[in-house]
Amino acid sequence: MTSFHINGRAVTVDAEDDTPLLWVIRDVIGLTGTKFGCGIGMCGACTVHVGGRPTRSCITPLASVAGAKVTTIEGLDPEGQHPVQKAWADLQVPQCGYCQSGQIMQAVSLLNDFPSPTDRDIDAVMAGNLCRCMTYVRIRNAIKQAAAEFRKVTTNE
Amino acid sequence: MFKKLLIAVVALGCLGLAGFGVLAWRPAIAPVARPAPESFAPELIAKGEGLAGGGYCAECHTTKGGQNFAGGYAFATPFGVIYSTNITPDAETGIGTWSEAAFMRAMHEGVSRDGSHLFPVFTYDHFTRLSDDDVRALYAYFMTRAPVHAPARPSGLPFPFNIRYLQAGWKLLFFRPGRFEPDATKSAEWNRGAYLALGLSHCGACHTPRNLLGAEKPGNTFGGAVIDNWVAPPLTAANPAPAPWTHEELYDYLRTGTSKLHGTAAGPMFPVVQGLAALPDSDVRAIATYFADVDKAADRLPSVSAAVSHAMSYASAKASEQFDPDARLYTAACASCHYNAAGAPLAARPDLALNSAVHLHDPSNLIQVILRGISAEEGIPGVVMPAFGGALSDTDISRIAAYLRRTRTSLPPWPDLAAKIAEIRRQNGAAN
Repeated sequence: MTSFHINGRAVTVDAEDDTPLLWVIRDVIGLTGTKFGCGIGMCGACTVHVGGRPTRSCITPLASVAGAKVTTIEGLDPEGQHPVQKAWADLQVPQCGYCQSGQIMQAVSLLNDFPSPTDRDIDAVMAGNLCRCMTYVRIRNAIKQAAAEFRKVTTNE
Repeated sequence: MFKKLLIAVVALGCLGLAGFGVLAWRPAIAPVARPAPESFAPELIAKGEGLAGGGYCAECHTTKGGQNFAGGYAFATPFGVIYSTNITPDAETGIGTWSEAAFMRAMHEGVSRDGSHLFPVFTYDHFTRLSDDDVRALYAYFMTRAPVHAPARPSGLPFPFNIRYLQAGWKLLFFRPGRFEPDATKSAEWNRGAYLALGLSHCGACHTPRNLLGAEKPGNTFGGAVIDNWVAPPLTAANPAPAPWTHEELYDYLRTGTSKLHGTAAGPMFPVVQGLAALPDSDVRAIATYFADVDKAADRLPSVSAAVSHAMSYASAKASEQFDPDARLYTAACASCHYNAAGAPLAARPDLALNSAVHLHDPSNLIQVILRGISAEEGIPGVVMPAFGGALSDTDISRIAAYLRRTRTSLPPWPDLAAKIAEIRRQNGAAN
């Protein structure tokens, strides 16, 4: 049994300690916005926040998040109106969309750490999030657009 | 002539044995009825609770998922497996019949209530430094815990190491009993830190290398040692981290589990931070004061910012990196969390150009953390590092480790990384 918080609500999950957090989020808790990509922490599609930090949930053992606060794309903003999400919609970033929840979660923490990111900051932090549709140019533009507004808004984390 | 000599040798031998026997023999201390919990002052119990935290008593006297202080934790010593004992006040299997004098003798001299010698895996060589008052507080704390019936597990020590009587010989060779003696030339804070570091918190138990008979080498206190497939780094000026362990860094690390210029307390160091949480801020500051002196941080203070920017310059991406497959691997697996903008490491982004694990002569700590990750309770509270053990092959992990060593330090490469990773995986598997 492992207890933690997800999107502000307490959950207790009866699963093996080494069950990947991603499986718990999707199959047990039923939040399917977070995607399974490679399963080895190499593509970023499964990125969620744990304690406000971007985390590859596919290789994070359930036991290690005991007591922690997990935020998924569903919990980022109650209305789906986080500045990063708004910029994403405004610039029509997604193509197929599969990687985008991971991209957005990673981008939010990028802006938390680097409120005015340089291209180098964006490349270094976002390079672990793959997009097979090659939406990288729009991702970068959306991050820059979100940066200005983002600095003024408090996140709900 | 020869006969006389023989007799003399035998007689001397007998005398020696008899002498050893006398020396080794310790009387039993009569069992007592467990003192009523109400007989202890609440302030004394509270003080004992803090001390028990700062001495990590629960860490060794509790098994994973077991009841607190009921013992049974396995120590894999070079001499064989040995299990910790039940220190709850259970009359039959714990220390419920121990008088305060018996408890005091165990802490100060490593002798059980029944007069048998305790093995030094119980670090009485450190606890002997504790003041009588502190031992009394610990006694009050333990005697007021809920008794747990948990018989001791017999040790797996082979002959002759299992003979407790012979422990007297070990003590004769290596054990210097005695309370902590303050150094009059140092501040009160320094002395408080030394008292805690050398006595209660027994830092040397992990950080001081041991000799073949398992005793800490007196000439190399805090010189660094390997324990449970982790490295307990040197706490002296020999510490290889690029930035010195200043008072501030030590305090942050010990109080919060992480420090900006060194990294995160993981593995066997995590319970230390967890235990020290029971001590007041002033005690943690005192320990930091003591070790900032031991490691001679003051000598390196003027160069801290230079050391940091030098280390950080390693982290700046080189133009050729996108064509280096090791760099690509690092970028995909690690950089999204560990990247820092030049010159300004963020606490939440542990910079590997500064990280202790990358600079140690032994890659064990880096390998362990990559394999296991860091759980939410370790290090920065509520934050995790995923476990790459199931995701990356030994070859991949060795490429990342070698890449960091090559690009983030000017130190020689680690030899046989893949073999080391396989060995640590095997040992971790056996330990779980």
